Amino acid sequence: MTELRETEAATAAKVAAIELRGVVKSFQSHGETVTAVRGVDLTIAEGEFFSLLGPSGCGKTTTMRMIAGFDEPTEGQIILHGGDVVGVPPNRRDVNMVFQSYALFPHMSVFENVAFGLRRKNTPKDEVTRRVGEMLEIVDLAGREKRRPRELSGGQQQRVALARALVNRPRALLLDEPLGALDLKLRQAMQVELKRIQREVGITFVYVTHDQGEALTMSDRIAVMNEGVIEQLGPPRQVYERPATAFVAGFIGTSNVLSGTVARADGDTAVIEPGPGERILIPGAAAEAGGTVELTVRPEKIAIGLHPPDGEACALRGTVTEVVYLGTFTNYTVRTSTGAEVVVFVQNASSADDVAASGDTVWLSWEPRHSYAIGA
Amino acid sequence: MRRRLAPYLLVLPGGLWLAIFFVLPMVVMLSFSLMQGDVVNGFQLTWHWQNYTDSLSAYDDQLIRSLVYGLLATAACVLLAYPAAYWIAFRGGSRKSTYLFLMLLPFFVSFVLRTFSWKFLLADDGIVLGPLKNAGLLPQDFHVLATGFAVVAGLTYNYLPFMVLPIYVALERVDPRLIEAAQDLYAGRAQAFLRVVLPLSVPGVFAGVLMTFVPVSADYVNATVLGGTNNTMIGNVIQNLYLVNNDYPQAAALSFALMAILLIGIFAYARALGTEDVLEVAAR
Repeated sequence: MTELRETEAATAAKVAAIELRGVVKSFQSHGETVTAVRGVDLTIAEGEFFSLLGPSGCGKTTTMRMIAGFDEPTEGQIILHGGDVVGVPPNRRDVNMVFQSYALFPHMSVFENVAFGLRRKNTPKDEVTRRVGEMLEIVDLAGREKRRPRELSGGQQQRVALARALVNRPRALLLDEPLGALDLKLRQAMQVELKRIQREVGITFVYVTHDQGEALTMSDRIAVMNEGVIEQLGPPRQVYERPATAFVAGFIGTSNVLSGTVARADGDTAVIEPGPGERILIPGAAAEAGGTVELTVRPEKIAIGLHPPDGEACALRGTVTEVVYLGTFTNYTVRTSTGAEVVVFVQNASSADDVAASGDTVWLSWEPRHSYAIGA
Repeated sequence: MRRRLAPYLLVLPGGLWLAIFFVLPMVVMLSFSLMQGDVVNGFQLTWHWQNYTDSLSAYDDQLIRSLVYGLLATAACVLLAYPAAYWIAFRGGSRKSTYLFLMLLPFFVSFVLRTFSWKFLLADDGIVLGPLKNAGLLPQDFHVLATGFAVVAGLTYNYLPFMVLPIYVALERVDPRLIEAAQDLYAGRAQAFLRVVLPLSVPGVFAGVLMTFVPVSADYVNATVLGGTNNTMIGNVIQNLYLVNNDYPQAAALSFALMAILLIGIFAYARALGTEDVLEVAAR
């Protein structure tokens, strides 16, 4: 740790908290080489809430374990606060981890669990008592110092795990699906709680999750991973509204992926005209007439009506195949004239009947700015 | 009604078996320990408590030797079994059960036969000592058999699996992520072991010590086969009193005295190690 502090002092004042350069990780499994991470480059800023999002097996956990020091990269560099830490064991890295199953020490009380890291660093006794007390206050567990982990609820265990890592004031906190074992209500409460704690302590959080909702709610930036590579890296709104690849579009939220042949290009807006009265406008799609373009539209951006829309809106005709009432929303599935299935969320603002029933011919419309060309 | 009786009916066969073949003989033995007489004229129950004091003062050497050998062999078992169990549990990978089977393999050979094979190995001119003596590495009159070392070594060998198995079970249950968590919280390998793995495996060591110390202290085969006249254990004495001298009261008194000593020792040990206090201390 001291080496890291020194290198940091020597470098410029503005140093990234975590930097990954060309990181590759291969495992030997049953005589075969499996590459879990294939060339990841990342820069995570100091104090940032950064999420690694992706399906299981996408390499997000392996990436985190390499930052923590449990796995060593096959290739590439991992730089923590300016110092390359490849080869440095986990106990000498100034990052702490919150494990997926919490990994609380079952034979120790809450107090001893939280004090574990401080004691290993030979912190004076009264400072240990003070800091553990303060941290338990922050995670709302004061008064439960003497309990054993098994005597606590899942949410409380989760907070002990968080306190046990944060009490050491690490330079970065790594969280491996920390809310995965909690039920929905508690998970949502903990999302808000985590964000509050992060603001309070001001520590860099690296959050691994497969839950896109979680990542969108909490993160400053998200890296969407798939098959060992980062598909897209950006703030939640950008990742959600402007998915860079078809994978991201499909993985984050519900998305409609449409494709068609460009009929003409008006400046930088490509126009697809699937049928009479139908048009899809895609601004910013650098496509020429005759080329094929793939685009996404979020279900909540689409309006559904019985007549063709007026003006310049995108318009597509289709047949309703399914109507699902969901309380705040009604979920329509429409088979369009191009053959693609499009999902539309309609907010149930008035208590009027459904706009359309299964089998009805309807017109879908959305503003051109909501169509995004994939890979543009 | 039938539902309420079911648990009792289930416990009945085992309970009867224990009552007939364990409790009844125990009561008979206990009464023997308070009798006087001989085989020819028969024994009478005279509440002769002196059987206890007489036998204990006559064989106190053997009794103490048994406890010392028992402690030594148990300690040797812990030292040998722990690393082996640790290695199988954490490094055994997919071959864990194979390694455990290999550990248990000697059990498929008769206990007495195994002990005799040690006699063969350690004989004064046997395959180990013979060549060493011929090479001049050991003096001609050097011997291992008929020493306390040979007895303790034989006991250790014979009871080792009883120590390996419970320690393995305890270590196997330790989540490897706990070790990672300890390392993440600045513990080196040694600290992670001492603070997390060792305390969590204490119940296994506890069970292993119980399962070895008791039979080892009462063992007589190893002392008979591998020991000499100066290495007799309390088991040998009891065996002799029963089968050679036919002095049933003294033999029974000595058996019960040994049982009482072992029970007291085990309860003291359980109080010291079996509670969570030990774990609390380890956590600091």
